[in-house]
Amino acid sequence: MEIEVPENVALTKLDWLASWCRKNSLWPMPFATACCGIELMATGASRHDVARFGAEVFRFSPRQCDLMIVAGRVVMKMLPVLQRIWLQMPEPKWCISMGACASTGGIFDTYSVVQGIDRFIPVDMYVPGCPPRPEQLIQAIIDLQDKIQREGSFLGNEFITDARQQPKRALQELELGQVPRSLPIIGGKA
Amino acid sequence: MVDLSGVLEQLKSRFGERSWDYSEYHKNQRLVVAADLCFSVLEFLKKTCGFDMLIDVTCVDYLHYRGAKDRFGLVYIVLNTVTGQRLIVRAFLNEPELKIPSVVPLWEGANWLEREVFDMYGIEFTGHPDLRRILLPDEFVGFPLRKDYPLRGRGERHNFERITRGEG
Repeated sequence: MEIEVPENVALTKLDWLASWCRKNSLWPMPFATACCGIELMATGASRHDVARFGAEVFRFSPRQCDLMIVAGRVVMKMLPVLQRIWLQMPEPKWCISMGACASTGGIFDTYSVVQGIDRFIPVDMYVPGCPPRPEQLIQAIIDLQDKIQREGSFLGNEFITDARQQPKRALQELELGQVPRSLPIIGGKA
Repeated sequence: MVDLSGVLEQLKSRFGERSWDYSEYHKNQRLVVAADLCFSVLEFLKKTCGFDMLIDVTCVDYLHYRGAKDRFGLVYIVLNTVTGQRLIVRAFLNEPELKIPSVVPLWEGANWLEREVFDMYGIEFTGHPDLRRILLPDEFVGFPLRKDYPLRGRGERHNFERITRGEG
């Protein structure tokens, strides 16, 4: 069957269109706690200009953001704050773990530093580096855009699949008892 | 390095020879006093010798330290802003008597410094107006800068709720 399409009209899927809109206007929430934050600022500044990828609108209110960029180490006392900010962000939302410290704890293998934020909040992209150069962060944003376009849906169904609820490998080790859990849980959900 | 002989003479005439140990090392002028004398020495230094500024209060854990006799060494660094004299006053404490009078009545600035020492080493400053943890969360158990505390902690860095994708 052939359908006559007038000029200036394009046919597409709603999921594709929604993802296309979302990926090109990511509003980052800068959760910058350390030197990675400086590179994050450089990424937003004129030389690297993250506006070329539609992600220049840094907002300091989580209610207005859909991309959390965790740049820097997160300590025990900061993690409940991080979780609260993540929960305050409206759906759909994504998270970039920027740098070695946010991803794994980095060189800070001590009692107070969380060994990777992906143990406690969902993470979509990891950026290696200590700190990563702005190009690396921009690459992560481009990759995240591809991911959003590839699997995004209008209603956000991709977030509630079973696979997305599974803990990361490091966390599975944690639950197998390789790390003691003798103390009471600090903080918790906001 | 400003000469301290006048101050030392004054201290000697006031406190005698008891627990008297003065030394110099790399231009640091150090005075070791007994813990029970510590407050009165600092009070004397402030009110009579003019040491009007408290630079720092901190602590060292000498567990497993070569040749150390005492467990904890408190450090008070005081400055006379008129003459430029500096003095490091040390007092040693051992378990289970980890108590020393607070110097907040002398220098208001000691408040947070002593809270930090309490937070990290568990030394109780008697008479402190608000002796709570200052850096670590209130729920924290233990004193992490003690040498017998494991570097990687006791699992407290893993004790958080996990937020899954669907909950967010």
